[in-house]
Amino acid sequence: MKEIPDAIVCEGCDAICRRVALRPREVSRCPRCGTELERHPGDQHARILPLTVASLILFTIANLFPIVEMELQGLSSETTLAGAVVALASEGMSPVALLVLATTILFPLLQLCILAYLLVPMAYERRPAGFSVLVKLLLSLRPWGMVEVFLLGVLVAFIKLSSMAHVIAGPALWAFGILTVLLTAVISFDPRAFWEMAFEARAGQDE
Amino acid sequence: MNDQPTPVETAAARGLLSCHHCGSVWEGASEGERCGRCATRLHSRKADSFNRTWAYLIAAAILYLPANMLPVMITKSLFGTQQDTILSGVIYFWVSGAYGLAALIFVASFLVPLFKLTALTLLNYLSQRGSDWRQLERARLYRVLEAIGRWSMLDVFVVALLAGLVRIQGFAEITAGFGIAAFGAVVVLTMLASQSFDPRSTWDVRNAPAPEARTADDDMKSSGETA
Repeated sequence: MKEIPDAIVCEGCDAICRRVALRPREVSRCPRCGTELERHPGDQHARILPLTVASLILFTIANLFPIVEMELQGLSSETTLAGAVVALASEGMSPVALLVLATTILFPLLQLCILAYLLVPMAYERRPAGFSVLVKLLLSLRPWGMVEVFLLGVLVAFIKLSSMAHVIAGPALWAFGILTVLLTAVISFDPRAFWEMAFEARAGQDE
Repeated sequence: MNDQPTPVETAAARGLLSCHHCGSVWEGASEGERCGRCATRLHSRKADSFNRTWAYLIAAAILYLPANMLPVMITKSLFGTQQDTILSGVIYFWVSGAYGLAALIFVASFLVPLFKLTALTLLNYLSQRGSDWRQLERARLYRVLEAIGRWSMLDVFVVALLAGLVRIQGFAEITAGFGIAAFGAVVVLTMLASQSFDPRSTWDVRNAPAPEARTADDDMKSSGETA
């Protein structure tokens, strides 16, 4: 079993392509089916850790404060994301509550924590314990974190309610807005780059 | 714009295995052996992809009916109880003049799941038959499906939030209906279906003329198409 270092096999059609040196922000695509082969990470390595920490702080704010508040005939009601999950569970909708909990709280939080856990030791060129398992987990969590879809859902619910009651945006709504922008940058970081980083670090130690 | 098909050699034909996890390419590895870099098991194709995709698709298609027929949201107010299905919610927005919002929800909650179901059925059927019909378009279609699937969760989040927020006893109360559970299941199942489909099978044409033997060096196609 021998590694062929300068080849990339297209994920979309299995074509064998030659690895080309990319300039920053360049993307190489498969000439046969157009699937993305490789993307130059640019200066993402340097930015990803601060972005992850910032996302974790915003994530905390977004989950501790109410998202929306409504007033109807002098009565008011507000909810946090966790509150919505609890309400669903208490109505006998536990599978839906679980789905919302997983896609908007658990998976994004897990993604951010794994990133932070991996990136901090790697700044000192050390490979943390459980590296391989965690990078794999990161890759499989990717499609299931849906904070941006949730933000759109909040906006739709907001408009829907504004016709029947007085609705006020809570602090968590703004936090979710900024979090969505940050997460887009953080999640676009290809977990595979960890392997490149890990092997660069190792090669450096061997010398 | 189907130009002359360029002769492309695949990893499967050359006996190479690529690691789906870290992307490294191995020669002389056998199916199921572990990647020398990250220890993931190497597979030429996704395991049992056709059957798994069919199973998820059938389950999603069955649940698609209750998802659209059962109420997703029950509103209790002073004026009585109102039950909303996904489409009646769209109609409500349309009638009240919020055309953009009506269109958004119609696309995300109704068209996207339907489109995903039919498109994946088509892709999986054609791939299983080893058809070479419009491969480039099929590859594009798959990439579109992968990108849009998650946005169908929109309605689940809307209902969850409204159920959590509108709980003023006696005045206004919104509870989730069983339709939303079926709907959430449809979204998850179609996402699983598109993940278990192997896009490489689109290009595995049966009885394809065998590529001519060439040297290892000149048949590695350069991935020159950079953007």
